Amino acid sequence: MIQKSLRPSHAPPEPRTVGSREARTPMPDSPAPPDRGANASDIVLEVDRLSLYYGASRALDAISLRIPRKRITAFIGPSGCGKSTLLRCCNRMNDLVDGVRTEGDVRFDGVSILGPDVEVNELRKRIGMVFQKSNPFPKSIYDNVAYGPRVHGVTGRSTLDAIVEKSLRGAALWDEVKDRLHESALGMSGGQQQRLCIARAIAVEPEVVLLDEPCSALDPVATAKVEDLMLELVKDFTLVIVTHNMQQASRVSDFTAFLYLGKMVEFGETDELFVNPREKQTEDYITGRFG
Amino acid sequence: MTTAATKRIGRPDGAPPRTPHGRHFIALCGGALGFCLLLVIGQVVLIGSQGLAYFWQADLELFTLDDGARLLGEVTARETYSPPDAAGLVEKPARIQLHVANRDLGASDFVWVDERRIVARTFPADAALLQRVEWGDFHGFVRRLRRGEQVVAEGEAAWAALLARVDAGDALRAQLQALEKGELDDVNHELEKARLAERRVELDAPAAPERERRLAAIAAERTRLDARFRAIAERTAALRAELDAEVVDLVTASGQEKSLPTGAILSAIRPDGMGVFAKSGLYLRRVWEFLADDPRESNTEGGIFPAIFGTVLMVFLMSIAVVPLGVLAALYLREYARQGLMVRIVRIAVNNLAGVPSIVFGVFGLGFFVYGIGGTIDSLFFEEALPRATFGTGGILWAALTLALLTVPVVIVATEEGLAAVPRAVREGSLALGATKFETIWRVVLPAAAPGMLTGLILAIARAAGEVAPLMIVGMVKLAPALPIDRHAPFLHLENKFMHLGFHIFDVGFQSPNVEATKPLVFATAFLLLVLVVAMNLTAITVRNRLRRRYASSGV
Repeated sequence: MIQKSLRPSHAPPEPRTVGSREARTPMPDSPAPPDRGANASDIVLEVDRLSLYYGASRALDAISLRIPRKRITAFIGPSGCGKSTLLRCCNRMNDLVDGVRTEGDVRFDGVSILGPDVEVNELRKRIGMVFQKSNPFPKSIYDNVAYGPRVHGVTGRSTLDAIVEKSLRGAALWDEVKDRLHESALGMSGGQQQRLCIARAIAVEPEVVLLDEPCSALDPVATAKVEDLMLELVKDFTLVIVTHNMQQASRVSDFTAFLYLGKMVEFGETDELFVNPREKQTEDYITGRFG
Repeated sequence: MTTAATKRIGRPDGAPPRTPHGRHFIALCGGALGFCLLLVIGQVVLIGSQGLAYFWQADLELFTLDDGARLLGEVTARETYSPPDAAGLVEKPARIQLHVANRDLGASDFVWVDERRIVARTFPADAALLQRVEWGDFHGFVRRLRRGEQVVAEGEAAWAALLARVDAGDALRAQLQALEKGELDDVNHELEKARLAERRVELDAPAAPERERRLAAIAAERTRLDARFRAIAERTAALRAELDAEVVDLVTASGQEKSLPTGAILSAIRPDGMGVFAKSGLYLRRVWEFLADDPRESNTEGGIFPAIFGTVLMVFLMSIAVVPLGVLAALYLREYARQGLMVRIVRIAVNNLAGVPSIVFGVFGLGFFVYGIGGTIDSLFFEEALPRATFGTGGILWAALTLALLTVPVVIVATEEGLAAVPRAVREGSLALGATKFETIWRVVLPAAAPGMLTGLILAIARAAGEVAPLMIVGMVKLAPALPIDRHAPFLHLENKFMHLGFHIFDVGFQSPNVEATKPLVFATAFLLLVLVVAMNLTAITVRNRLRRRYASSGV
C-alpha cells in the first residue's frame, strides 16, 4: 500500500492566490508529443492520441494531453463532448459499457493502462473516482469509508478505525459525522454524501482522483465546500475534474482542457485559457457565445 | 362550484357535464377494494369464530320427549323444517340438533328432535361428560365406583372418587407413554439395528469364522434386548392393570347401563354445575391439548401437534433449500448472463414454471426425488434395509424439495427485482474503488437486494404452507405421530413421513367416520393453519423491515 500523509483538516488551509499557483512547476506545452516531456516525472497521466468508439460512433477523436502530478486539471466543454468518457478512460470504467473500442493509449506513470493484461482492480485502486451523483453504499458511514480498504485486504479494527478517521478528516467531514459513524450513510445531506464519496475514494490512498461533475447535484454552499476540499486535497493527490461550470473550473483548476465534439480544442494553464484563449472556439464557449 | 367555474370560463352550452375528478370511478375503485376487504375479514371472522367455538363446553341439556324417552346432550343447532305431517301448518315447526354422544350405545352421535315432541327441558347438575379413550364422549350419570365386585364409593361420593381416579390415571398414562416412547422405543430401535446387522452379514457373506463371530455377537445382543423387552413389557402390563383396576358404573339418560374402567376415561366434568370461570379454564386447557397432543381415534379427537410440527418443519426445510437456489439462479440471470434472447427465453420459462399445477410438481417429485434420488441412496447406503425403502419412499425431505421447486420461480423473480433495484451508480462506486465484480455483488449488491429476496421467501412460504396436492404423493400421511425429530441419532430423520395441517383439514373434514362431530375441528384446524401462515409471514416481514431500516434510503 502506498503510504502518504494526509494533512489533518483542522490545520488552517493555506491562502491560495494566483501567485502561489505561478510559483509551481511550469506546465508542459500541450498538446505535446511524448518525446518532448521535459518534466516527465511530473506527468502522472498521459493520454496519447486516444480515440474511442461506442459501436460505430466516435466519441473521442485522437485526444492527447498530459496531466501533471498534484495539480487540478479540469475538463470543460458542452454536453456530449466526451469529457466524461475521457475521464472514465483513465480508470477503465468504460470497460463496463458494451461495445466500446479504443485506439491510441493512456499511460499512467509511463505504463500503458489500456492493454488487456492490466490489472484493472489494482489500477482503480490507484486511480480513484467520484461520480456526478453521490453514490454512497446502503451501509453505515463507517462501512462506506472502510469498504475500499477492506476489499484490498485491510482487516484490523484499529487500522480501519485510523483509516476511516483520516479519510473523513481529509474530506472535511469528520467533525460532522464522528458521532454517528454507524448510522446509515443515506441519512446524510446531498453535500455530505458527496464528501463521503470523496472520503471513500481517498481511503484507499489513490494517486489520482477523478471527479466527474462532483458538484452538479449540489447547492452553492455544498459546492463551495467541495471546492475548498479539492484545493486541500491537491496537496496529496492529483485531481482531474469534469465540470459544466466554467467558474468552477477557473476557481479551482490549474490546467484546463476544452473539449468539443470529441476533439480536444485547447489545453493549457487555466488562467491562460480563460483570459487569453488561443482558439476561437474556446473563446466563444467561455464567453457564452457558443450555441 | 365546479360547474359554475366551468361556465364562467366558457364551456359550450349544452355540452354534457364532465365528471371532474372521475368521482364515480374513484367510488368504483374504492368499492372494489372494500369488497375485497370484506371477503378477507369475513373469512377470518367465520373461520375464527367457528374454530374457536369448538373448545367451549356447552351445558348438557336433558330432553324429555312425549313418548317418555330421555335425551342428554349439548344443543348444537336449531332450524325450522318441513316434516311430512306439517303440510297444513301455518308456522313451520322447528327441530333441534342434540349431540348425545354415547356412540357405543346409540345409533348415532347426533339426533334431531322435533320441538313439538319435547315435554321438558332441564339442566341436571349431576349430568356428567366423560372424555374416553375410545368411542368419543359419554353423557350420563355416575352411579358407583367399584374395584372388582367390591364397591368403593356410591352416589355423590362416587363422583369425587372418580375425579381422583381420573387424575391418578393421567399420571399412570404419562408413565406408560414415557415407557413406550422412551425405553420401549429404544429397545425396538436396537432390535431393528440387530436385524439390519444380520442382513448386512448375509449381504457381505464373509468367510465362515468371521461370519460366525458376527452372528454370535448379534445373537447375544438379541438375547440381551429380549430380556430388556420382557422387563419393560412386565412394567407396562402392571401399569395397565393398575389403570383398569377400578370400574365405574354409569347410566345414560335413557337408562342404559355401562361399565367403564377408569383408565379409559381421560377427563370427567359436570358442565351444568360449572361457572363461566371454570369453563374458561377448561377452554384454555382444551386449546392447549389441541395444540400439544397427538391425534386420537383416527384424527377425530385429541390434538394436532404432529401436523403443526410437520408443517413448520417442512416449510423450514423448504426455505433452506429454496433461498440459496433461487438467489443464485437470479444472480446468474441478472448479473452474469449476457442479456439476450436466451436469457429472455429462460426468464419466460421460469415465470411459466410458477403457473404449472402443483400436482405436476408432486408427480415430478415422486419420479425424480423419491424413486430417482431416494432409490439410488437406498441401494447405495441402506442396502440391508431393502426391500423396505428408507429414502426411496415419500418423506419430509422430498416433500420440502418438491415444494422448493414449486416456489423457486417466485424467489427468482423477487430476487431479480431486488437486484435490478440496486442502482448502477452504487455498483460503479464499488468497482471504482478497485473491487472486483464478485466483491461488488457480494458486499454491496446482495445486502442491498436482501429485502427483495425476503419478499420472495415470504411469497414462497405463503404458497408452500398451503400446498396439499403435491405433498400427498411425496410423503404426507394421515397419521404419523412419530415426529421427524427424535432421540435416536441422527435425531433429525428427514426420511420420515409427516403430517400436514392442510391435509389434516381434508382428512378430518371429509375422510372421517363421524363428519358431523368433526365439522368444528375443520374450522379450528383451518384457523390454526391461517394463524401459522400469518405468523411465519410476520416473522419474515419483520426481518425484511429491519433490513430495510438498516439500508433506509433518504431519497436524495
